Amino acid sequence: MKDILNMTIIQTRELLLKKEISSVELTTYFLERIKQYDGDISAYIKVTGEHALKMAKEADEKIASGGKGQLLGIPLGIKDIYCTKGIETTCASQILRGFVPPYDATVIRKLKDEGFVHLGRLNMDEFAMGSSTENSSFQTTKNPWDLSRIPGGSSGGSAAATAAGLCMASIGTDTGGSIRQPASLCGVVGMKPTYGRVSRYGLVAFASSLDQIGPITRSVSDCATMMNVIAGHDPMDSTSIPQPVPDYTAFLGQDIKGLRIGIPKEYFKDGMEEDVKKEMDSAIALFEQQGASIVDISLPHTEYAVATYYIICTAEASSNLARYDGVKYGLRESGKDIIDMYKKTRFKGFGKEVKRRIILGTYVLSSGYYDAYYRKASKVRTLIRKDFDDAFKASDIILTPVSPTTAFKIGEKMEDPLAMYLSDIFTIPVNLAGLPGISVPCGLDRKGLPIGLQIIGRPLDEALMIQAAYVFEKERKVEKIPEKYK
Amino acid sequence: MKINKEVVEYVAHLGRLALEPHEIDMYTAQLNNILEYMDTLNALDTGGVEPTSHAIPVTCMLRDDLVKDSFTVEDSTLNAPEKIGSSFKVPPIIEVEE
Repeated sequence: MKDILNMTIIQTRELLLKKEISSVELTTYFLERIKQYDGDISAYIKVTGEHALKMAKEADEKIASGGKGQLLGIPLGIKDIYCTKGIETTCASQILRGFVPPYDATVIRKLKDEGFVHLGRLNMDEFAMGSSTENSSFQTTKNPWDLSRIPGGSSGGSAAATAAGLCMASIGTDTGGSIRQPASLCGVVGMKPTYGRVSRYGLVAFASSLDQIGPITRSVSDCATMMNVIAGHDPMDSTSIPQPVPDYTAFLGQDIKGLRIGIPKEYFKDGMEEDVKKEMDSAIALFEQQGASIVDISLPHTEYAVATYYIICTAEASSNLARYDGVKYGLRESGKDIIDMYKKTRFKGFGKEVKRRIILGTYVLSSGYYDAYYRKASKVRTLIRKDFDDAFKASDIILTPVSPTTAFKIGEKMEDPLAMYLSDIFTIPVNLAGLPGISVPCGLDRKGLPIGLQIIGRPLDEALMIQAAYVFEKERKVEKIPEKYK
Repeated sequence: MKINKEVVEYVAHLGRLALEPHEIDMYTAQLNNILEYMDTLNALDTGGVEPTSHAIPVTCMLRDDLVKDSFTVEDSTLNAPEKIGSSFKVPPIIEVEE
């Protein structure tokens, strides 16, 4: 097999269309890599090998008859959170064990329309609740850069599989950082698009006003290709934005002369690791060399974002997860009456963190506490949004780190939920404001662990972010795949 | 202390969750810690601030009322843990006097 891991989807697709390689060969190559390396990493909950080879064979037939899909024959890994017809979809929860959706999520349908190959289901924190993928009820995924460390979360399986070359690319979801933070900790590219840019129809819901779907890839080019496929209005999701989608790949290679980059002083306070700070400084210098101008900005309500987020997301989660009642799908435990059946089913089916969030979310919505918590948080959310509105008057994009630290050790934060929550401090404000954000690898720390740079854009300005990220990636060449997986 | 064990038990009941005694203790301690942190929001004056429920303004989307194919009953009940024919089967909801 050619040097596939260093090729973009666009380049690989050219090889496929020229019939220099076949999709069956390409798929077999990734299935063999999974067999070889995933025993250590545990990124996949389930490998759908037979199904993948069948899809690959179909793709090869389409290519032979002149098919041109943007992902025709390209093997992808899928976070186990998208309803996929005929394939068990678990959200890494015992309560959804055995659930086989009778329909495809819009995103899955779009990937199928472009001819992708479904390699398997990627691990995640149960119901996407977590920052380390340790909350999966099936397995703990390891960081390919250091197997004693977490890959980030909740899309930890997607980031780890992409970083270790166990798929061409993957898709994840991001409610408070669940694409950008694992992408950063695993050294790959992850984009959370504007809220409403990608349809959430068929996505298992966690916090509906925050959830958004996006790609995790080894290059900015692949991010653009994947965005071309998944973005766009969908009548099945009433929050999806009825706006045309640009060709994101057209922005690859355009310069950034005159671009105004905002640096928020609140993100560069104490708590940031020295090496993260160092790489951020050199990233800022690089953008300046490329003709951008640096502007100091302020996002004064940043320190309130984590508290605001964990009130809003748990409130929405407690409501969304009411659907797991042992009646329509998934697990059922028997009880003496219906309430007892609900309680026993949910006791057995949900993990620790999910229960914690249901209790917290129910509490902040309950009579007597609603105003003090939920309503208060919804108002602070307005202030956080306004911070960004003001900042974007003076800047075109905003630059921050994705995470104040590199990957932490497995088990390190499991007994202290608040410490775990605080690890998302730089990604959460973006979700509260509904903005797009992208994580781009910007270097390794002294332990050899990846550091990620976050670019935040105005609503629907993903193209400009891709443009800036591509310039950065081209100039600051960072290793995407750890040595032992090359 | 923001909340005690009784409140955690009551809220778990509202959320239809059975909990083991040791879980009630654990969640009481952890939630106190988290709620204390959330009280930092009280430092902010939010008088006159409108709440945000969706960051990107959502307008009510309407579509034409067309007859289209939908899920079949078989598909809709495919995953039911227990069913009778094409119906979901649940424990009794209304008590019947013997």
